[in-house]
Amino acid sequence: MPLDLFTVGDPIADTKAPTDVPIGERWSERKFRGRLVNPANRRKMTIIVVGTGLAGGSAAATLGEAGYKVKSFWYQDSPRRAHSVAAQGGINAAKNYRNDGDSVHRLFYDTVKGGDFRARENNVHRLAEVSVNIIDQAVAQGVPFAREYGGLLDNRSFGGTQVSRTFYARGQTGQQLLYGAYQALERQIAAGTVEQHARTEMLDLIVVDGRARGIVARDLVTGELSTHFADAVVLATGGYGNVFYLSTNAMGSNTTAIWRAHKRGAYFANPCYTQIHPTCIPVKGDYQSKLTLMSESLRNDGRVWVPKERGDTRDPRQIPEAERDYYLERIYPSFGNLVPRDIASRAAKNVCDEGRGVGPGGLGVYLDFAEAIERLGRPAVEAKYGNLFDMYAQITGEDPYSVPMRIYPAVHYTMGGLWVDYDLQSSIPGMFVIGEANFSDHGANRLGASALMQGLADGYFVLPATITDYLADAPFEQIDDSHPAAVEALQGVQEQVQKLLSINGTRTPASFHRELGKLMWDLCGMERTDEGLRKALDRIPEIRQEFWTNVKVSGDWHSFNQTLEMAGRVADFIELAELMCVDALHRRESCGGHFRAESQTPDGEALRDDENFAYVAAWEWTPEGQPPVLHREALEYEYVHLAQRSYK
Amino acid sequence: MTITDQGPHSAPAGTQEKRGMNLTLRVWRQKGPQVKGKMVTYKVTDISPDMSFLEMLDVLNEQLIEQGDDPVAFDHDCREGICGMCGLMINGQAHGPQQTTTCQLHMRSFKDGDSIDIEPWRASAFPVIKDLAVDRRAFDRIIQAGGYISVPTGTAPEAHSVPVPKKDADNAFDAATCIGCGACVAACPNASSMLFTAAKVTHLGLLPQGQPERNDRVVNMVAQQDREGFGGCTNIGECSAACPKGISMETISRLNHDLLGALRAGARPKS
Repeated sequence: MPLDLFTVGDPIADTKAPTDVPIGERWSERKFRGRLVNPANRRKMTIIVVGTGLAGGSAAATLGEAGYKVKSFWYQDSPRRAHSVAAQGGINAAKNYRNDGDSVHRLFYDTVKGGDFRARENNVHRLAEVSVNIIDQAVAQGVPFAREYGGLLDNRSFGGTQVSRTFYARGQTGQQLLYGAYQALERQIAAGTVEQHARTEMLDLIVVDGRARGIVARDLVTGELSTHFADAVVLATGGYGNVFYLSTNAMGSNTTAIWRAHKRGAYFANPCYTQIHPTCIPVKGDYQSKLTLMSESLRNDGRVWVPKERGDTRDPRQIPEAERDYYLERIYPSFGNLVPRDIASRAAKNVCDEGRGVGPGGLGVYLDFAEAIERLGRPAVEAKYGNLFDMYAQITGEDPYSVPMRIYPAVHYTMGGLWVDYDLQSSIPGMFVIGEANFSDHGANRLGASALMQGLADGYFVLPATITDYLADAPFEQIDDSHPAAVEALQGVQEQVQKLLSINGTRTPASFHRELGKLMWDLCGMERTDEGLRKALDRIPEIRQEFWTNVKVSGDWHSFNQTLEMAGRVADFIELAELMCVDALHRRESCGGHFRAESQTPDGEALRDDENFAYVAAWEWTPEGQPPVLHREALEYEYVHLAQRSYK
Repeated sequence: MTITDQGPHSAPAGTQEKRGMNLTLRVWRQKGPQVKGKMVTYKVTDISPDMSFLEMLDVLNEQLIEQGDDPVAFDHDCREGICGMCGLMINGQAHGPQQTTTCQLHMRSFKDGDSIDIEPWRASAFPVIKDLAVDRRAFDRIIQAGGYISVPTGTAPEAHSVPVPKKDADNAFDAATCIGCGACVAACPNASSMLFTAAKVTHLGLLPQGQPERNDRVVNMVAQQDREGFGGCTNIGECSAACPKGISMETISRLNHDLLGALRAGARPKS
């Protein structure tokens, strides 16, 4: 590895999990050992929460209920818009309501294994423990989960597991869970414990004496820049999948908050771990602005196949059974169509690379419900998946009840994110990171229905319990706009905004975003190679250079200016893309969603290199022109023993 | 919309994407809340029928930015019909000719040569921010008035301790799918928010968990929608016909039923 790409710094470690007790007792023990803040003192403390998705919304509501002064920020008009709303399939919990052998330990085991042994055991075990409380909380809030005729909750299966532990609300589970958190948040806003900042975007973190003490934000309606101070800052700003331009994320989903916090000293962990979801509607044209997921729950009943012969362009209904290759059922007989996402995606890519893909450009595979409709009847299929079938029909103009769906993998989720310890505190004291924005629980691959679980676990149960240990030293010294750190941060943001508006070049921010996204998809997507990543690392600085000399941002600063918003976000994506490629290049093993072509088993599965890479790569930012610094956190497996993942 | 059962092989694999629609757009331009707005005409060419309506507007905006003009401001986010952020009056219809969100409307619903009028939601409770973007925070304030169940984190009983009849859970779900886009208000000649409020009252009122606050919830939410300046409901039904999630008029009957019961029981709105 050439040293010019990065340098190696001191190793880091989590020091908060009490490893002197067995894993099942660590969470209780941590809560007991952590210091508390008495109710009268909570009223004197301010906490900033950025983002109102499942993690941020539930955290802001819970901290407000506890009696802190909370300031909540979001970029849309209402907290109900956060992109958690789009999660379809469900939420896992170790309730064992099916009596099928599920347990906290099994959910823990499945998640560590599903993450290809690159997640921290302590965090994952805690996630499995609190999963059961989330369902209780959501039901009490009125979340209308699917139920059976006896009035009890229904479950279904998701990839990478052999039990049914997924709770769902038709194909709109994220929406319903988010509304539960949103309503709890609105209740606190009405009660005066949470101050709301709608259509406001965080543009920098204010760090004073080594502690996170506030943010610089821009009011997106008036354009006004302002500073906000607090005793602690919580980032719940989601993932960075839009670095690929086309993804299943919302158009506004961005990396700006976590990236700018990274530039203030927060380590960025495992940026190359991205999840490519196997079941999305294929790309139609170069005008396309986003990709739409078809929930993984469809693989409970849909069968994935391609023609056995390459270049077979017959109508799929004319292809006889004997000439179809149900390749997931063939290669992975024990998990079949429900293998984890990384495996299903790569398998789809492989059959398409062999020339057996279907639809325009040969970039698609069939997801066929003919057998399910025959077995269950159309009404039953409609009841289970109706809204997904409607969405498919709306987008493609094809009727999935009579023609097999066509699907193809697309960027969906990012397992990487800001590094946090067991308390969810970043490497900057006083800054906590929750939900998809942190790196903590999914290792190199997230299992289906685990994102909602993690977001709500962090926001409702983990952060509110761990943040007290930090706040026990608060309230901290009062600061205001005149503090040098605030002046410096505000000026930096002003200068960047002015720079973007003054370049007046010839290319739109979107055109740079598309170019960057295509480069990342081709060279840092489903399959990565040494050569490709080096090519990307040559090209990205050129894109950055052109962006900062040739971007065209119309309008002005003091108004509602969506082009300016986008330009700032694209600038950050370009910088992040470079770190992702460095991370992907340095990790010369395959694991989970990170597949290095040089590291595979004889039958093409991801081949880990535990001897050299069983660690979290936490990157420290350095100014432009200097290579980032790698800090390794060693991963140790006490309870789930390292093994080659097999779903065969 | 035409849904076909032709499948992907109706055209040979690998053919060029379809393009070629030329359209005239008349778009509402308004620099800010206090400034007078007007309709401005633009042409877009070579539009694909597979584009979403918002992707067509992206094409227009890329043109405008390249020409140094101010692009058209419009709200949008998830672009998969669930966040409720997008919403345009298209030829006088909320979300356009299909009963779906604006982001899920595709250009195959239009013909080459069409002229399309694009306006923001028009309601005094939804002031225009700029061009096609409006301020819908009045909806959040209606929720703040009582659209929740008071259950602080950590206080919930075991989820299976209260079974919910499947029919009630399903009906609650149907009402809970409201995405808060505001099409109901935009479609209503009175600019009433009744369908939005009724959806939440129905969702929570059908569940056993929602019973303790049922009376207070309905009187406070109704009082808040009046304070926000939404119009009264006269049972016209345009709201439900325009609702991308198909929230039914039955929810309004339920709200009226609950409101009457609550008032008879002595519930009064908080001042």
